Formats: sequence, C-alpha cells, structure tokens
Amino acid sequence: MRHTISVLVENKFGVLSRVAGLFSGRGYNIESLSVGETLDPKISAMTIVTTGEEQVIEQITKQLNKLIDVIKVQDLFEVDHVEREMVLMKVSPRQEHKAEVLRLAEIFRGRVVDSSPKTYTIEITGDEKKLEAFIELMKPMGVKEFVRSGKIAIAREMSKNK
Amino acid sequence: MKVSGSEILIESLKKEGVKHIFGYPGGVVLNIFDYLYGDKDIKLFLTRHEQGATHAADGYARSTGHVGVALVTSGPGATNTVTGLATAAMDSIPIVVITGQVATSLIGNDAFQEADIVGITRPCTKYNYLVKDVHDLAYIVKEAFYIASSGRPGPVVIDLPKDVTAVQAKFNWPEKIDVRSYNPTMEGNRWMIEKAARKIEKSRKPIIIAGGGVIGSGASPELLELAEFTRIPVTTTLMGIGGFPSTHALSLGMPGMHGTYYANMSIQDSDLIIAVGMRFDDRVTGKLDAFAPNAEIIHIDIDPTSIRKNVDVAIPIVGDCKKVLAVLNQVLKEGEMLQWAEIRKAWLKQIDEWKKLRPLSYTFDENVIKPQYVVERLYALTGGDAIITTEVGQNQMWAAQFFKYDKPRTFLSSGGLGTMGYGFPAAIGAQVAHPDKTVIDIAGDGSIQMNIQELATAVLYELPVKVAILNNQYLGMVRQWQELFYGERYSHSHLKGVPDFVKVAEAYGAVGLRATKPSEVDAVIKEALKIKKTVFMDFVIDWKEKVYPMVPAGAPIDQMLFEEAPKKEDKKLKAVK
Ligand SMILES: Cc1ncc(C[n+]2csc(CCOP(=O)(O)OP(=O)(O)O)c2C)c(N)n1
Ligand SMILES: [Mg+2]
Repeated sequence: MRHTISVLVENKFGVLSRVAGLFSGRGYNIESLSVGETLDPKISAMTIVTTGEEQVIEQITKQLNKLIDVIKVQDLFEVDHVEREMVLMKVSPRQEHKAEVLRLAEIFRGRVVDSSPKTYTIEITGDEKKLEAFIELMKPMGVKEFVRSGKIAIAREMSKNK
Repeated sequence: MKVSGSEILIESLKKEGVKHIFGYPGGVVLNIFDYLYGDKDIKLFLTRHEQGATHAADGYARSTGHVGVALVTSGPGATNTVTGLATAAMDSIPIVVITGQVATSLIGNDAFQEADIVGITRPCTKYNYLVKDVHDLAYIVKEAFYIASSGRPGPVVIDLPKDVTAVQAKFNWPEKIDVRSYNPTMEGNRWMIEKAARKIEKSRKPIIIAGGGVIGSGASPELLELAEFTRIPVTTTLMGIGGFPSTHALSLGMPGMHGTYYANMSIQDSDLIIAVGMRFDDRVTGKLDAFAPNAEIIHIDIDPTSIRKNVDVAIPIVGDCKKVLAVLNQVLKEGEMLQWAEIRKAWLKQIDEWKKLRPLSYTFDENVIKPQYVVERLYALTGGDAIITTEVGQNQMWAAQFFKYDKPRTFLSSGGLGTMGYGFPAAIGAQVAHPDKTVIDIAGDGSIQMNIQELATAVLYELPVKVAILNNQYLGMVRQWQELFYGERYSHSHLKGVPDFVKVAEAYGAVGLRATKPSEVDAVIKEALKIKKTVFMDFVIDWKEKVYPMVPAGAPIDQMLFEEAPKKEDKKLKAVK
C-alpha cells in the first residue's frame, strides 16, 4: 500500500540525511520526499510518500519517531487530507499544436510561466491523478522535459480518522 | 571569565561524573589533551588502538551502567571507532565518543585527516553532533550523556573541530535540558499491563524470555519477583545473561541457536511468552514461521520499533522493563489468589524431564583439554565471583553455556554485532571500573589477535585482567559450520601461524601460562588468579570440539543437533601443538 507520511522535524543541519539514511539503511521504499520550513522556522515539515505492507509501514512510522530530531509523525493514510504536487514542464509544440497546448494548460488550471519563440514553460499543481493525466496528454505535443516537486500534504482541519 | 573550548569540554565531562576516559591523541585533539595534562579528577587510559578505546568504554559502561567515554583524533582515529560504535549500538550500550575534527574553516576541503565522521557514524550511533559553535558545547555534552543513557541506550558521537577546542567562551553548565523531540516512554500502559496479568493468570505453560533490556534497566529484582511469584521459568538471551540467576531452579539457560534443549523445547511448547527487553533476533527465534506455534506473546520493551518487528504480539507494552515489571507484579499480587505452585506443577515437571533428558553436556577427556572443562573450572575456581567478557565464536558460546552468572553486568559479550576483538579491551574497561574484581576474557585464538596490542594498555596501567584463550588453532566457529554444512571443506579457517601466546604476553611484560593437558588446567587458573598482573592463559584445547546443541541456521529451534556419542578413534586425537 502507498502511504503519505507527514513528519515534523527539528530544522537542524543533517536531519534530511538522517531521514533519508533511515529509508536506505533499512531498505524501505521512498517514492518522494519534500521538505520545507513551517510557521515556526525551527521546525521543518517533510512529506514522504512510501509503499509497503502494513507491518513495514508500521515500522517506518515507528523508526521515524525514534529519530531524535523527529517531533511528530502522522500517517495521512489514516486521516482526511489534502495532497498537492507541482510540475514544471517545458514543451516545444509544432505550430499546429500550440493552441492545443495552451488550451490543455488552461483546462488543467496551469499557467505559462515562461515562453520563448519555441518553448513554453508550464506550471501546474494538483493531486497526482491530475498531474499524471496532464503529462500523458501533453506527451504527444513535444514535451522536452519536466520536473516534479514531490508531494506535499496536510491533514484537513476537521479531519476525522478514516 | 572566559575559558577555552577544551576546558569547557573536560569540565562538562566532570559535571557528568566522568572519572575515566579511554583515548588516543592526535593533531586536532592536542588542545584537549593539553588541558588533561596533569588533571587530577579525570584519568585517561591510553589504549593502543582507537577500537580498543571504544570497546573499553563499552566494557566500562556494561559493567557499571554508567556512560563510558572515549576520546580520539580526527580522520583515522575517528574511523577506528566505527566498529566499537556499531557494537555498542547493536547492544544498546551507553557510550559517548568524542572525536576531533579539522578546523571548521577547513571542513569539506578534504583537509589532512578529515573524515565526515558525523556522516560515517550516523547509522551506527543513537545520535551524533558536529559542534560548530563553542557556546553550544556544554549543552551538547549534557544532551549527549542524556541521550546515550536514557530510553533505549546507545552510543553518541561528539565531533569537535580543532578551533572550537581553542576558542574562548564562558562556561555555562545547563542544569536542565529539554529535548522536545525525544521523550522515551517509561511507564507502561496500565490497561495493557492488566491485560497481561490476566493472560498470565490463565496461562498453563508460560515462559519468560529475558534480554538485555532487563540488565539495561536494572530490572533483575522485579524479574526475579515475577518468576518466583508466578513460578514461571526464565530463559535469558545472550544479552540477558546475568539478568536472572543462572543457578536458579527456574532458570532455563539460553535459548536459540546454541541454546539449551529445555529452553528451546519450552518455548516451542509454551502457550504464553513474556518477552522482556529482548527483540526476537533470528539467533533466538530460528525459523520464524515455526517459532512458538502455540504461544501468545506479551512483549515489554522500551523501544516501540522492537515490538511487532519480527513476531506478532498479542499484548505490546512500551516502557521501561523495571517500571513495567514492578506494576505487573503489583497487579498480579492484587489479583485473584491463585495456587501458583499447584498450577505450575505439570509444566515445571515437563520442563524438568527435558532438563534430565538432555542437559548441557560434553564428553570429558583425560588426554586433551575440552574447552567446556576450562570454562567449568574457571567458574569453580572463581566461585562465580568474576566479570566475564568474551570474544566471538565458539569461545563465546562456551562462556555463555558453562559459566554460571547470578548477577547482572557480569557477562559482557558482543551479541548483536558479534565483534571479534571485543572481549579483551572490554575486560580492560571493566577492570578500570572494578579494580578489585576478577575480570576474565574468555577468548579464541583468532579473536584475541584482533586487539592483542591492548596487552600494553593492561600492563602499563597494572590492570590484572586475565585472558583465557581457548586455543584450537582455528576460527573454530567457522570451522564448525564448514564441517557440518560445507562438506568439511575448511576454506581459510585454519589459523596457521598462531603465535606463542605465552611469549607474546611476556614480550609485553605480562605473564603467560599454558596448559596442554586437563590435569594442568586447575594449576594454571589458580596461578593466574593469584597473580595480581595481566595474565594470558593459553589453553591448548581439542580443536575438533564443536558447540552443541546447535540449531542449523533457518531451522525451527526444536530441531537441534547434539554431540554424537564419542567414537573410539576420537579419543586418540591430540590437540595441535
Ligand atoms: C571482526 C569479525 N570478523 C569476522 C567474524 C566472523 N567470525 C565469527 S566467529 C569467527 C571465528 C573466531 O575464531 P576464534 O576467535 O579462534 O574463536 P573460536 O570459534 O575458535 O572459539 C569468525 C571469523 C566476526 N565475528 N568478527
Ligand atoms: Mg579458535
């Protein structure tokens, strides 16, 4: 099963490698990991997407909790939450595809954040399904490259345990 | 008043009650060593290798329960501590290792003797620090000792750049610290403990498996109380040895790969396992699917990650073993009045039959020394009043099987990592902490050569450590596997060129004694115990001897191999040498 785990950590030097090292050292999967500061600049929030059997996920959350610098671990699988990811994509469409590219970007509520005579750079955010769909639709249009931010997630304020 | 970083470091160590450090100097720690020069409160023991210093700190910690401290230089000095750190990490031993580092301005430049020791040791420490600002130093020392010794203990590294040891600052010793992200659960959940008590009351064939957590948390009295009150037999893992008296009628000795027949049979037949401070290592469980098929498990451990890692657990109790057992005992005593002795009669009778059927045994021989005999004589002639350390291999298993340990912190052995070369420096550390106790390293001829240079340390500081070398001229445990499972293809396990250990000892200024016949064993041991000096006892043993019982790797623990009946021609074989 795939789980999104939210981890609050001390914003200290080396914390990222402690977390990454835990996953590599124990052979856990890591699909994406993103980190950023929180309201309290001394605390960072990490969003980790991982897959594993129930017992493995239990070990992952326990092992994360055991790290000295980890303040809180929440497996978002168990709660209602919002997930977002961003893609930045460069497309160089042929003349006849240009309009279609812009139309698709609009449908997916993307924005053209940079353009040159041959290339558009499109920013798009959303959940994973939306981004995958967008990428699939764009592929025939001359995608040169794209980067993905990795997922960030937050529990809903009125979240009930599922 | 401002003082140097070196002074802050050493004065902080004193505030933590440190009296002994094991160490080795070098360029970037010269300031620290200079401050230690002539210091009256802290004595530094100069080992002959940083691995030795780290294991000595570990032996100091295991034998006392206090944090052991090592101090080494950067680069190679620091990397030499890695085996010692990993050893301590696997066995949850509180040590603090202070490594020098190149000056902060040079870090990352591949400077002379620079190593990213925080990076290298991250997976084999509980926590580690790079001190970038001298103003953090006192706090970091305090926090390091707190983290090393609390919760599930473990090794902590403090990496200290040279400039930080020189720069001046005010020494502010924090009286209190608070690590908001680190709060080990000490008290067990009361409701869970009550559930556990009800299970124990219903169980007819319970067994306690006690591990290193019992010793780490000082839970031996509570464990004894639980076992005696409920008449539940106790098996102690390698790490738990000494946590429950081996001579007690309820003791089943060690379980697992080289465990006793009756411990393994009892586990397999049990209906309830009370696991205290142990982690279901594969050396204990054997084939997991076939482990204790009828038992429900109550698992008490301070580390939640130990619970449900390898086996399914009916009642998990996260907490300090001592505290949890104390509450459990109280709940049991307040519970239903039960005729425990009566309830347990059938089960204990069954176990007694197993004990009689296959006790731990070996075949004594008049002509060649059996290693088990040496260990038995060590026990008899010390009256069991000794701290035993071990190396790794057959020697370790015989030391676990044939010496009896009635007190915690008297059996020091590298369980999790299985580090050859651990026992001798660990014995040095234990002897420093217990100058008046008999400390004996039960060693193999291979392992002792891994840190044999520490003879100089023992002699220099007049530490009367005894080393009993069970000399089989082989990497015996490797040989045993090759004999049993690799068609007697003895690939690189014969230790050709084992030195004359008597001469080695003498060359270092220690005493060397040798026994080649069983009749000489007692005299050698008595002599060694009498001499107040470092002694190597070279016991030339039967190189064919194997450790039994044995569960082949991956087999269920009730499928054990035993010593075959001795054949006639075996008798004639003499030990090598
Ligand atoms: C540092 C290290 N290297 C290798 C091993 C693998 N190993 C386990 S037991 C053993 C043989 C030990 O030989 P010896 O010290 O003579 O003990 P014996 O088994 O003969 O009693 C070896 C090589 C180990 N445990 N530790
Ligand atoms: Mg040997």
